[in-house]
Amino acid sequence: MIFDQDSWQEIISTLKKNKLRSLMTAFGVFWGIFMLMVMLGTGTGLEHGVTQELSDRATNSVYIWTRKTSKPYQGFPRGRHYHFVNEDIEKIRRNIPGVEHLAPRNKLGSYRTTNNVVRKGKAGAFSIYGDYPAIQSILLQKITKGRFINHLDLQEKRKVAVIGSRVYKILFEKGDDPLGKYIQIRGVFFKVIGVFATNRSGDDEEEDTQTIFIPFTTFQHAFNYGNKVGWFAMTSEKGTSAAIVEEKVMALLARNHHIAPDDKRAFGRWNAEIEHNKIMDVFFGVEALIWFVGISTLLAGVIGVSNIMLIVVKERTREIGIRRALGAAPRSIIGQIMLETISLTSIAGYAGLLAGVVMVEISSYFMAKGGIKMELFRNPEVDLNAATIALLVLIISGAIAGLIPAHQAVNIKTVDAIRTEI
Amino acid sequence: MIRIQNLNKSYVVGNTEMHVLKNLEVHIQAGELVSIMGSSGSGKSTLLNIIGILDSYDAGEYYLDNVLIKNLNESKAARLRNQLIGFVFQSFNLISFKNAMENVALPLYYQKVSRKERNKRALAYLDKLGLLEWAEHMPNELSGGQQQRVAIARAMVSEPKIILADEPTGALDSKTSHDVISLFREIHQTGITVIIVTHESDIAERTKRVIQIRDGAIIADV
Repeated sequence: MIFDQDSWQEIISTLKKNKLRSLMTAFGVFWGIFMLMVMLGTGTGLEHGVTQELSDRATNSVYIWTRKTSKPYQGFPRGRHYHFVNEDIEKIRRNIPGVEHLAPRNKLGSYRTTNNVVRKGKAGAFSIYGDYPAIQSILLQKITKGRFINHLDLQEKRKVAVIGSRVYKILFEKGDDPLGKYIQIRGVFFKVIGVFATNRSGDDEEEDTQTIFIPFTTFQHAFNYGNKVGWFAMTSEKGTSAAIVEEKVMALLARNHHIAPDDKRAFGRWNAEIEHNKIMDVFFGVEALIWFVGISTLLAGVIGVSNIMLIVVKERTREIGIRRALGAAPRSIIGQIMLETISLTSIAGYAGLLAGVVMVEISSYFMAKGGIKMELFRNPEVDLNAATIALLVLIISGAIAGLIPAHQAVNIKTVDAIRTEI
Repeated sequence: MIRIQNLNKSYVVGNTEMHVLKNLEVHIQAGELVSIMGSSGSGKSTLLNIIGILDSYDAGEYYLDNVLIKNLNESKAARLRNQLIGFVFQSFNLISFKNAMENVALPLYYQKVSRKERNKRALAYLDKLGLLEWAEHMPNELSGGQQQRVAIARAMVSEPKIILADEPTGALDSKTSHDVISLFREIHQTGITVIIVTHESDIAERTKRVIQIRDGAIIADV
């Protein structure tokens, strides 16, 4: 029946002869699926944007810093200030097996404060970090020129610096090769060995690239930090939960610094895994909402089709009666009406799908071409699976939409159908 | 060809039951030209619908071509109609968005005849009825007489054993009516059984046999 050329010709001629009706019906479905596609595209755009913002850190990274103790312990009063020290580094390495990368860090100055770096009459306010090479596996910055800090730099406390792309822009003339040049940080000269960029955009990009990395040991030495460690950044090994590693490291640090085992407020912490999961949960919600709204819109379209088909069947009662008098079996009538509905919804739906995808691609193209970088929106696209699912839902609901009117068409007695006055 | 024995049919309208056909006995041989006459409400149309398997009946028996027609499901009834019966209606009942040829070819579509063959046969019948040059016209571009001739061509295209005509001249002027009846007489000459329901006596006079019905019973059969 479905692949019989004659029934298709029958359907095409019926649809063609009733153009306005077919068009009106088709538009409801077209709009439904078009909106669904646009919403899905926007949703992924949003998701890409936010994951991009998160992409400056490994998703399994953990940060732990010091705060005031909140409980008296081992003779020490509450409210005590303390510091992490170099000895903690070795102890964590030796005792906590789940840690993949460990980066003790120190920081000087901050974003948008007073100038602290100068070079040949140019000056800027940058964040200066003392770091281990391991930080590269946690922060995921891209080296665009030269190299990052290595272990030899640390061992020999070399005065070298890796600068962000914005630091380069402020301190150097355009086209200048920064490698091997010297910059002055708080009066101490450092040789530039590398430049890096970030994946993020907007304010985040500015903040990320107004940063200078120098060897951790050099930092302590040059700026009189002794053996102080500002905070720890680390990632958990694959298969180990970042949250568990965090707990273990905190317990160890508590022992080292005479902090009550249950004094959680003595530490500040940030766990990318938890943050990441939270945001993924939000996105799951957003996506569910998009599908719900989209499918509802689609359903409204399909119900519209069913409604119109009901009217159509009513309008065509007599024609159907004549066909039955001439020998059309109920099956053939039902088949014809259902095929009409399905082809109408499928064609209209496919057109909507195409228009939606084209719309999303066009906006994506212009965003890329115009270099528009929005902070939480990037690269909208519709994935093929979603489109296929939508199309399937459409065809099935088209069939269901056709079922009711089709049955109504054959439930009337043939005699009555022929006699119906329109 | 048609054997009706003790046929009864009633409709329920509101609370009252209307006994439309009462113990009807009708026998029609193959190749007869018969008219069924009666005023409106006499039950003649109901009888025609039962003969045409468009309607069911309550009691009695109806044999069409020696097949008992009773409690058939709609698919089977449709097949029998398609194979055995050609219908001609008072209001022509052409499908408005199909041209003359497509209308004539429609019964063959339900016989699963190929499109090319359908159209060929449809054109042959239109030619026979002198409508070949109107084949591509839509029904609303044709006169009443032309429309009824298209309808007759459609009834004949499937080469049925019986042609049932329900007031075929009811919507036509007397000149055209005359032509249409002549056409039925010609069809009858080819050996097809023709049954015409009418309330006009001058139409009935031109058939070989007239069955008169009043209040659901046969009052004359000559």
